[in-house]
Amino acid sequence: MPTWDYAPAPESTDIVSIRDTYGLFIGGEWVEPTSKHYSKTINPATEEVLAAVSVAGEQDVERAVEGARKAFGTWSAIRPADRAKYLFRIARVMQERARELAVLETMNGGKPIRESRDVDVPLAAAHFFYYAGWADKLEYAFPGRRAEPLGVAAQVIPWNFPLLMLAWKIAPALAAGNTVVLKPAETTPLTALMWATICEEVELPPGVVNIVTGAGATGAALVRHPDLDKVAFTGSTEVGKEIQRAIAGTKVHLTLELGGKAANIVFEDAALDQAVEGVVNGIFFNQGHVCCAGSRLLVQESVAERLLGKLKRRLGTLRLGDPLDKNTDIGAINSRAQLDKIKSLVDSGVDEGADMYQAPCELPAQGFWFPPTVFTGVSQSHRIATEEIFGPVLSVLTFRTPQEAIDKANNTPYGLSAGVWTEKGSRILWMADRLRAGVVWANTFNRFDPASAFGGYKESGFGREGGPQGLSSYLRLTEP
Amino acid sequence: MVQTAPSPLSGVVVEEAGGAVDAVGLEARAAALATRSIKRDSKLWALDLAIRCCDLTTLEGSDSPGKIAALASKALRPAPTDPSIPHVAALCIYPSLVPPAVDALSGTDVKVASVATAFPSGQAPLEARLEEVRYAVFAGADEVDIVISRGAFLAGGEVAVFEEVQASKEAAGAAHLKVILEIGELGSYDRIRRASLIAMSAGADFIKTSTGKIPQASSLPACLVMAEAIRDFSDATGRTVGLKVAGGIRSAKDAIRYLVIMHETLGPEWLTADLFRIGASSLLNDLLMQIDKQRTGNYSDPDRYTLD
Repeated sequence: MPTWDYAPAPESTDIVSIRDTYGLFIGGEWVEPTSKHYSKTINPATEEVLAAVSVAGEQDVERAVEGARKAFGTWSAIRPADRAKYLFRIARVMQERARELAVLETMNGGKPIRESRDVDVPLAAAHFFYYAGWADKLEYAFPGRRAEPLGVAAQVIPWNFPLLMLAWKIAPALAAGNTVVLKPAETTPLTALMWATICEEVELPPGVVNIVTGAGATGAALVRHPDLDKVAFTGSTEVGKEIQRAIAGTKVHLTLELGGKAANIVFEDAALDQAVEGVVNGIFFNQGHVCCAGSRLLVQESVAERLLGKLKRRLGTLRLGDPLDKNTDIGAINSRAQLDKIKSLVDSGVDEGADMYQAPCELPAQGFWFPPTVFTGVSQSHRIATEEIFGPVLSVLTFRTPQEAIDKANNTPYGLSAGVWTEKGSRILWMADRLRAGVVWANTFNRFDPASAFGGYKESGFGREGGPQGLSSYLRLTEP
Repeated sequence: MVQTAPSPLSGVVVEEAGGAVDAVGLEARAAALATRSIKRDSKLWALDLAIRCCDLTTLEGSDSPGKIAALASKALRPAPTDPSIPHVAALCIYPSLVPPAVDALSGTDVKVASVATAFPSGQAPLEARLEEVRYAVFAGADEVDIVISRGAFLAGGEVAVFEEVQASKEAAGAAHLKVILEIGELGSYDRIRRASLIAMSAGADFIKTSTGKIPQASSLPACLVMAEAIRDFSDATGRTVGLKVAGGIRSAKDAIRYLVIMHETLGPEWLTADLFRIGASSLLNDLLMQIDKQRTGNYSDPDRYTLD
C-alpha cells in the first residue's frame, strides 16, 4: 500500500519578537512590578522558556485600578464616535498583525496554528469591529433607556483562548465607555502583552486599558479591589463561586462564564458523516480546552454502532504534533497541571469500567500531550460523564427517545451549550425549547459570531457576551 | 390479492446506506482539507501519483486519428526527455477513435478508455447507448465511461437508472465501467450520494463526477461526498469502487487537493490508478512544470512542455 506522509510544514516564527522580560502595562506605560517578582512562561509543546513575565502584587493592582479610574473620566466623556474610531483602529491593526498574533498564540498556548490563524485571531478582530460599531449607537441598542458606562471593570480571562477572551471582554467594555484592568491567565500572557503594544500603536489614551499579569493571587487581589464597578470572569466554576462570594453585598456588577459539560445529541436521521465532523470539532477542537466543548456524545441507539465506527476511523486521521505545523489538527495540552488533571479523570473512567479507545498516534517526547480519547459504555453516574475534563476526552452515552435525550442532556450541574444533529427541522426546535443551555447549535458545533450572545445556565454562569446583550453587561440602563 | 413486485433497489445497499448529507458541514470539511499544506518530498510524491492517475482526455468534435496518435505518445511519455516521469493511466476518447488509440497503445500499460452512451447528455434510446458500449469494447477499449440518465434520475426514475447501469455493465463485459453522475446537474449533495450508491450497487467499477461538458464541473465537496459513499458501500459489501474526478481540474494544486480528500477519507489504499483517476488535458503540463519547480526551485519556460 502506498504511504503518503506529509512533509513538515511549520509556520515560521521569525515574524514574532518576544522580549526577555515583560513589565506591567499600567496607565499607558510599561512598569516594573513593585513586587519585583517574575515568572517564566513557556511553550507547552517544547517546554522551552519564552519570556519572564511580571507577577503583579497588591500594590501593582492598586496602581492599575487607579490608572483605570483616572482614565475613566475622559474616556467616558469623549464623543462616542471617537471611542469607535479607536476600536476600529485596534481591529484593523489586529488584522494587519494577524500572523504575528497567531504564531505567538500558538507558541504560548500550544494550540494548532490552523486554529489560531483561522479562528482565534480573526474572531478576536471581528469582536473589536463589531463593538466599535455599537459605540456611538448605544441609545439605539436599548431604545427608551439611557445607557451609561459602569466605570472600572476588572476582567480575568482563561488560558484556552487568550486573545479571543481578551477581545470578548475588552471590546464591549471599551465601546460602552468603561476602562479596564485585565488579568490574562498565568500560563498564556504573551498575546495580551503583544496586544498592549497595539494599544500603544493606535495611541489609545493611557489608562483605558491596563494589563496586570500573575497567577491566582493577582486575580484575587484584583477582583477584591474596593474601587471596582464591574467584575467579569471566565474560568472554572470553583473560582467563579469564590469571586461571587467575595463581592457579594457590594455594588459591583458581575458576569461569570464558567465550566460546561455539553451534550452533542445525534439522532438516527442525522447526516452521519457531518455529525462525526461536528463531534470531532466539538471535543477535539483546541485539545478539548473549550468551556462549551461537546464532551458528552448522546447518540440514538439505532445508529450508535455505525456512528462510533465512523468516529473511530476519523480519529485515526487526526494529526497530533507540532502546533506550528500547518497540518496539525491536535496540538499540545496547555500545561503540566492540566495534563495531570486530564490523566487522573481518564484513569477514573477506566477504573469505573468504561471502555477506552485512543487514536493510534505517537506523542512527542518533549512537551505536554494527550491522545484523542473516546469512552464508550459510559453511564450518567461516571465521573467522566459529569465532571468537566477540559481535554480531548469524549464520553459516549446512548438514548432511545427524544425525551430521554433531553433528560440526559439536562442532567448536569452545567448548562453552557448543546448540539442537536437531525435532518428534521421540527425536532431541532422541540429540542432547543427543552435543552437548558445558553447556546444550542443545530447541525454544527463551536460556531461563534460577535453578533450572537454566548453564556450559560446554572453553574455555567450568568451574563452574556457577544451581541447587544454583551454590551448591556457593561452599561447602567436607566429610564431617561 | 395484489402482488407488487419488489423494487430492484430494495435490499441493495442503496436503501440501507442512503443517508442524508448536510451541505454546510460537507463544504466546511472539504474546505478544511483544502488547506493541507503539502511540501517538498510529499509534494513530489503527490505530483508523480497524479500523473500516474491521469486519464489524458480529448473529447472534441475535431478529434482525428492524427490527434489521437499525438496524444497517445504524450500519454506514454509525458516528458520525452525525462525517463523518471511515469506514463499516465489511460487515454480517454470518443468511441469512433478507439481503433487508432488501440493501434498506438497496444502492448503498453496505458489503457484505452472510451466514453459511450450518447456522451455527454445520455439522451439517446437505451438500445443505441448500449450498442455504443458494445462497439467501444469490441474496438478494443479497456475502460468505458458512461453517463447516467440525469433526466430519468431527477424525475424519480431511480430504478431505471439502476437498470441502465446494470445493462451497461453487462454490455461492457470485462471492460472497466466508469459511471459519470454529472454532479452539476443533480442539484444537491443528497442526490449525488444517492446516485453514487445506485451506480455502485448496479455494478460500477468507478464513479465519476462530471463530463466536463457543462459549466459546473467537479468540486471538492462533491468528491468528498462520493468518497464517503464509496467508503460506506465498501463497508457494507466488501467491494472497493474507484473514484474519478473530471472537469475543470487544471492546476497541480487542485489535483493535490483531490488526492488529500481521497487520502483522508478513503485511506492510502485508494491512492493508486486502480482506484483513483483524474480527467486531465491541460493539467498534465502543469504537473510536469511543478515537478521541475520542486526539483530545481525554478519554473521552466512553458515551451519546454509539449502541446499535443
